[in-house]
Amino acid sequence: MTNAVLISGASPVPSTGKRRRPHEEVASWFLVAPAASLILLLLILPLAAVLGLSFTDYQLGARAWSYVGAANYAALANDPVFWRSVGNTATYAVFVVLGSTGLGLGVALMLGRSSLLTQVWRTVFFLPVMGSLIAMAIVWEFMLHPTFGLINAALGLVGFAPVNWLQNGDTALGVLAVIGIWQQFGFNMVLFLAGLSGIPQSLHDAAEMDGAALAWDRFQLVTWPLLAPVTLFVVVISTIRSFQVFDTVHALTKGGPNKATEVLLYTMYAEGFEFFRTGYAAAIAVVFVMAMLLLTLAKVFIAEKRIHSQ
Amino acid sequence: MSRIEIDGITKSFGRRPVLKGIDLAIAQGEFMALVGPSGCGKSTLLRIIAGLEREDAGSIRLAGKAVDHLPARDRDLAMVFQSYALYPHLTVAENIAVPLTMRRLTTAQRLPVFGRLSSRSRAVRREIDAEVVQACAMLGIGDLVDRKPGQLSGGQRQRVALGRAMVRAPKAFLMDEPLSNLDAKLRVEMRSEIARLHRRLETTFVYVTHDQAEAMTMADRIAVMMDGQLIQVGSPEEIYADPSDLRVAEFIGSPKINVAGADAARALAARLDDPGMALVPGLRLAFRAEAAKLVDPSHGGLVGLVVHLENLGADLHVHLAIEGQAAPIIVRRDPHAPRLRLDERCGIVVPPERLLAFDAAGSRLRAPQMRRAA
Repeated sequence: MTNAVLISGASPVPSTGKRRRPHEEVASWFLVAPAASLILLLLILPLAAVLGLSFTDYQLGARAWSYVGAANYAALANDPVFWRSVGNTATYAVFVVLGSTGLGLGVALMLGRSSLLTQVWRTVFFLPVMGSLIAMAIVWEFMLHPTFGLINAALGLVGFAPVNWLQNGDTALGVLAVIGIWQQFGFNMVLFLAGLSGIPQSLHDAAEMDGAALAWDRFQLVTWPLLAPVTLFVVVISTIRSFQVFDTVHALTKGGPNKATEVLLYTMYAEGFEFFRTGYAAAIAVVFVMAMLLLTLAKVFIAEKRIHSQ
Repeated sequence: MSRIEIDGITKSFGRRPVLKGIDLAIAQGEFMALVGPSGCGKSTLLRIIAGLEREDAGSIRLAGKAVDHLPARDRDLAMVFQSYALYPHLTVAENIAVPLTMRRLTTAQRLPVFGRLSSRSRAVRREIDAEVVQACAMLGIGDLVDRKPGQLSGGQRQRVALGRAMVRAPKAFLMDEPLSNLDAKLRVEMRSEIARLHRRLETTFVYVTHDQAEAMTMADRIAVMMDGQLIQVGSPEEIYADPSDLRVAEFIGSPKINVAGADAARALAARLDDPGMALVPGLRLAFRAEAAKLVDPSHGGLVGLVVHLENLGADLHVHLAIEGQAAPIIVRRDPHAPRLRLDERCGIVVPPERLLAFDAAGSRLRAPQMRRAA
């Protein structure tokens, strides 16, 4: 829809079916050329190269390579590590999406109207979004340290036995998800705050006049339905971002213990740059890109449907 | 259906006073228009009556009971907003049903699926549906019930907003500029429709507008507000013919009332029986377009030059420039009367009883007062 608006807005002739004059045709190609060539150079060509590589047995640094057809994909389908990685990524995404969306909405609702204190809190919650995740992962590593970490020390005060959070297969993925939520919800909060400020006051007034007595009633009647487009956007963005989890895994667990935190991008990285199996890594990359593409298409489809139904 | 009493309401936003002590009693079943230029505080007063805003001081009584401590939802009033404020995700029928479902169903009964399980809640919902259908039929939107607000025209949205207000038979209707988002033609149509609705429901209406024509055509009584104060309350006829303040006289009526400045006022006053009048300092005389007659300039009085002729079909408005006065005098004339030419000189005479006198501060001077002032 946005595209259609942009195109009709940029077109020098209103769409009355008239043919454009030749020099206008040339001019329009000239105008889209910079953006188009950048997209081609930085997006389409690398993607095509990755797609091509995924059908070869190329190894990083090797002189020769040969075409192997869909062999990489067949191997992928039978690779337990890959499937473990898909499962872990999906689990991680479910927790992080639910957690960061819920927490983002909750905090946005609580911050609500702006005051000085609100702005302070907003900044505090947004800090993790701006920081470098690698640097913050190291801080988390110290906090989670089994012997001198802050978290075990705090739990010890209330009588819990120390846990080796990152080396325990039962807790490692959960801990990574908590860090992911901590890192992402500030961004979602900002989106929800923007969405909340876009709801006209008169609708809240109307709900009040119509007898919505509890905060829950007003939320259900006005806030939640009017936030629906923002929520959809937040869920999709959070899903994409959590599928991209890599930094914390790389810094804290390296996929371990025993593949408990093996996630898609980390598997791809390990295959490509540690085992030098570039063709295989390219196949994982293609699967990853396809998944993201499906997600984006689903979002566009739902958003369009919603626009037309209103 | 009940009396609304407003006692000494004051309100400030920050350091800016918006309402400076408003007293007004609105009778049961009355159509009261609160009218005034934008920023005069009329919408704030309406929101205070509704309970959406808290007054700084003073009290609101509904049917004799003070409601100052009650939140908006417990005052049993309905409001129609300028922006209609329809819930965009609900259909027309669902929008109109909201005030009923909110009041008659518990939170549990309102849940999407589980709420429909109990037979009790199903019975209530059937009842609500019937009332919604009835309200839609009354407003002529029966065939729109399944549409969403986004698919409706401005006038249709307006009707849905009215439907949502009237469906639960509130004690009074509060309307905040409900017609100002409509185009001119539809506004005139809706004017008579809302007036008809008022006669039919026999409920108290409080109607806020900046459009004096809406107030004049619909209201039983008009309360004119300026700068956070009530200046005059009266029937449309009283407000028009007998304004107590020059600002009221200037705000009400179209074309705008003619105000004669010092020189012109002396010329007009010279013809008055009351010779003392001309001696009042800062005297201003005002008269309506239809009060004046155009005569041959030799008759004396006020003389003006025709600068513009405005033919409205039924009426002809003659704009005359008077020496020493910026705003032209407008005189209404029968369009079939002998034709006037531009730049023609005309005498303007106004019968003394149709002249309204105001002092320097804009307060009305009536005959006995004037004699005293002189």
